[in-house]
Amino acid sequence: MWARSFSLILLFLLLMSSTSSGSPVPEKLGIGFVPSPELVKAWDTAIQPDGRGLPPGKGCVTDGQRIYVEQCQVCHGISGKGGQYDVLAGRLAENLFPFAAESGHPKTIGNYWPWATTLFDYIRRSMPLLTPGTLSDNDVYALSAYLLHLNELLPESACLDAASLPQIEMPANKRFVPDNRLETSAVR
Amino acid sequence: MGTSVLSRRRFLQATATGAGVVLAGQKATADVRRVGPWASQYGERSPFDKVNRTISGNLQHESETPQQALSGMITPSSLHYERHHAGVPTIRPEEHKLLIHGMVEEPKVFTLHDLLRFPQASRICFLECAGNGKHHFKSDEKTTPQRLCGLISQSEWSGVSLSSLLREVGVKKSGSWLLAEGSDACLLTRSIPMERALDDVLIAYAQNGEAVRPEQGYPLRLIVPGCEGSMNVKWLRRLEVSDQPFMTREETAKYSDPLKDGTVRQFSFVMDAKSIITQPAYPLQIEKGWHEIRGLAWSGRGQVAGVEVSDDNGSSWHQAQLQSPVLDKSCVRFGLLWKWDGKERLLTSRVIDSTGYTQPSARELIAIRGKQSLRYHNNTMTTWRVQSDGQVFYQRMD
Ligand code: HEC
Repeated sequence: MWARSFSLILLFLLLMSSTSSGSPVPEKLGIGFVPSPELVKAWDTAIQPDGRGLPPGKGCVTDGQRIYVEQCQVCHGISGKGGQYDVLAGRLAENLFPFAAESGHPKTIGNYWPWATTLFDYIRRSMPLLTPGTLSDNDVYALSAYLLHLNELLPESACLDAASLPQIEMPANKRFVPDNRLETSAVR
Repeated sequence: MGTSVLSRRRFLQATATGAGVVLAGQKATADVRRVGPWASQYGERSPFDKVNRTISGNLQHESETPQQALSGMITPSSLHYERHHAGVPTIRPEEHKLLIHGMVEEPKVFTLHDLLRFPQASRICFLECAGNGKHHFKSDEKTTPQRLCGLISQSEWSGVSLSSLLREVGVKKSGSWLLAEGSDACLLTRSIPMERALDDVLIAYAQNGEAVRPEQGYPLRLIVPGCEGSMNVKWLRRLEVSDQPFMTREETAKYSDPLKDGTVRQFSFVMDAKSIITQPAYPLQIEKGWHEIRGLAWSGRGQVAGVEVSDDNGSSWHQAQLQSPVLDKSCVRFGLLWKWDGKERLLTSRVIDSTGYTQPSARELIAIRGKQSLRYHNNTMTTWRVQSDGQVFYQRMD
């Protein structure tokens, strides 16, 4: 009992010593304010790999192809290949994964991306390069569907929405492993 | 105050008369001196100092720090390397907000004014782009340290420790990852493990004592010491707590390491130990006699424990001197006095860090990871060839 109140007094003195007013430092300083629901709604746009965060809406491969030709092809090439910037389409045989040793293999969505949800998240937040934020959610579903179709992961008749997008199994998913370098001082 | 005004006036009178004396004097001496400009509000470097970043990338989205021309451990803010994904946004500080939400007891928004009320924390640490070293195996002998290793810089960062902000919102038990989002046009995002977020992460509003530079994230930058540049999200506007990583494009399609066994190493954001000799290096030509071999060494795993230098392609190694201070997850400049005998030499450095990790040679790391895997996270040694005429060239060792 004595020991306990003694350590409480000690703690109190310790806290006192770091403030000039003599008030003990509380766990929370109470700085900052509660955000408006509008702000949270406008900024809360990140998509998680299980599909959390995906908005309502729907888009199909055929619409995606039309939007792609209008807004993406100039930089990413016809059917996602041969453009000035990142190659978006192309598949190697399922058992091939030569990216560590051989050059000349683009890390396409079909070859290398582990999650389909990343596609929706990235296109909506970052593309088209010079005017990000201009696509509707339906457009983004449609573009995701079209790019997955170009990578032989969806048939031409397919459409995507919040329920179906996270269901798509990406070929490279099973290959992703967490960092294991820090377990040892050996070079890995 | 009064005396200084007085003495200044007297001084001006004196200079005026002095000038008159010179003009009226019989012989002009060669030692006529001119009074220079007086104080200025914001300092500039000497007009004779022309050291610059070099801009590169297909969108001109990178600039490289001139390592060979700098001294000590701090990179001047104006020469800190850049890597942008959607250019530099213009942000008015009074309009900027930081939102923390997700799996928290109480979401909160902080203005810059709010953040300045928290206790200030400062630390010196390096930032290094994961792609620093991507040119190693495709450059010719006429390549500078700036080109090979220009995507690392070091500053003193000041701001609020992230853990104190997370305490303010109260992270729920399930909260194991944190998404950081920038307010550049592409709204760049990265996931950070909560364990790390609660450790030594800083929300920086200052760089080398003044506001963070626009190209470095003004007004707020996340600083994750020892971790690849892209984790240190610039123009930070939002932190979202979740129970899983978000698997953003910058931690899946990019910044991940394909390995030779067919797996992909993910979240390998801690930068392994690395060093590079910054002089003598291309394009210098040196004369016979004494020189200080100088360079930079760092480790994202901890502190630099030692740097060794070889002038015979790694047959023998000599301990270099480390300038002080040597800090956790920060760069240090090393030096070794060396007498050049006029014979062809291969100069290399390697660093050992406080965890016992030793920087690998190019061949060693290529054998372990594969050459194409080293597009990111290439921390191999760099070798310079000193020819018998004193000309120094980059020597590829892959
Ligand atoms: C003005 C040129 C331009 C336009 C137009 C453009 N992009 Fe891009 N895209 C880029 C660049 C450049 C990158 C790489 C950006 C980076 O690395 O930060 C990129 C990256 C991407 C990626 C990621 C590729 C990868 O492997 O990481 C996807 C997916 C993508 N764009 C989709 C689209 C879609 C869909 C559209 C049309 C709505 C579009 N882009 C329009 C230039 C463009």
